[in-house]
Amino acid sequence: MKPARFRYFAPHTIAEATQLLDEQGEEARLLAGGQSLLPLLNLRLARPSALIDLNEIQSLAFIHPQNGGLVLGALTRDATLERDPLVAARQPLLAEAAHYVGHPAIRHRSTLGGSLAHADPAAELPAVMLALEATFTLQSSNGNRTIAAAAFFTGPFQTALQHGEVLTEIHLPGLPPRSGSAFLEFARREGDYALAGVAAVISLAEDGTIAQARLALCSVDPTPLRAAAAETVLRGRHPDNVAWQAAAEAVVSDLKEPPSDIHGSADYRRHLAGVLTRRALALAAQRAERSHS
Amino acid sequence: MMDDDFIPVRLSVNGVPHRLFVEPRRTLLDMLREDLELTGTNAGCEHGSCGACTVLLDGQSVRACLLLAVQANGHEVMTVEGLARHGRMHPLQEAFWEKQALQCGFCTPGMLMTAYELLQQNPDPGEEEIRSALSGNLCRCTGYQHIVEAIRLAAQRLREEAEAATPSETTA
Ligand code: FES
Ligand code: FES
Repeated sequence: MKPARFRYFAPHTIAEATQLLDEQGEEARLLAGGQSLLPLLNLRLARPSALIDLNEIQSLAFIHPQNGGLVLGALTRDATLERDPLVAARQPLLAEAAHYVGHPAIRHRSTLGGSLAHADPAAELPAVMLALEATFTLQSSNGNRTIAAAAFFTGPFQTALQHGEVLTEIHLPGLPPRSGSAFLEFARREGDYALAGVAAVISLAEDGTIAQARLALCSVDPTPLRAAAAETVLRGRHPDNVAWQAAAEAVVSDLKEPPSDIHGSADYRRHLAGVLTRRALALAAQRAERSHS
Repeated sequence: MMDDDFIPVRLSVNGVPHRLFVEPRRTLLDMLREDLELTGTNAGCEHGSCGACTVLLDGQSVRACLLLAVQANGHEVMTVEGLARHGRMHPLQEAFWEKQALQCGFCTPGMLMTAYELLQQNPDPGEEEIRSALSGNLCRCTGYQHIVEAIRLAAQRLREEAEAATPSETTA
């Protein structure tokens, strides 16, 4: 239950961190909040040769407004997302979902970028990134590149990050007027990973019909899942129970093979995905209507 | 082991400054228990599941098994040993004792630190709020009921203390 030996570095700038990544080679790992990595180290499921601790890089922890949306530093902690007034005003979905991450003692350390780079299929924030159509900045010693969330999550615990790259910024475009969002999940105990979770964003047209719906799920697929078929079903419809039911059916029939384990069978997760989809859409639409009145 | 495998760490624990050298792989939990011999903080699962190792880092609850000791450099840590004042148990500790909120006591340090943080933020939490705050702390003995009661009792006493300390306008 003790980590194996590693070399430890705590750079103060992103440039130092990328340089260290280059120097230390493929066996080096980045350390952000550590709430997923430290358990792996303690259990020796991970034995990196070097740890590059990002926590001293002040320029990685920020929340700024940007074109009606937000740009966040990757080291922003989940407890900050929960409480930040700018997040609450512009992307309340992020605050709502962050509250479901672990427990307060976890959220005081866990970071947005860490959760995204870890890419646990059961994690909330990757699904939220899909629903908010986020783009990420990845920095290496060769420069920056930008990647859409949709292209970032490539498999369970796998991302498009290449060795030498640090996820530095998360860009969230603003939502259209008359938009509302909701995040709902079901877990056996508060703070546990969800058996299924749904992030929903609804934007209403002038006439009150659904101009655009965005839906993403966690815990039901090897990656966070954007429910494109259900989004199509919703476009142009009246926001009502019939629409939510149709969307839920589209979500469920689109699911390939949700995980089946001691916490819940695949069928149970399918069922939850349908129920949570209906509820999250209804809540998002209610909030969209309220944002207007 | 070569000397340069050890990294200097300066931190304050319960108000006492410390300076020591630790291996980077040392967790904050092991540093507290092994190097500083503060064994009040318990090592349960050592992978972030049980909450037995909960301490405060700069006033915020964290799991000491999920932090490296070197990461506490320059910070303030508070452990269960820091709760008692002037040789007197903290009202939370007294309430745990009176309400029999512990059996084996293994979870107790983590419970106390979590409850301490809760009462700092919310002096009058309801049962639901207490249970929610404790959701990351596992107890295998008590069934939690007495822990919840103890926290409510402590909260009440702390409120009364605070009121007594600030005389109201009308009596002033
Ligand atoms: S010992 Fe740290 S959470 Fe269990
Ligand atoms: S009193 Fe034994 S684990 Fe809580």
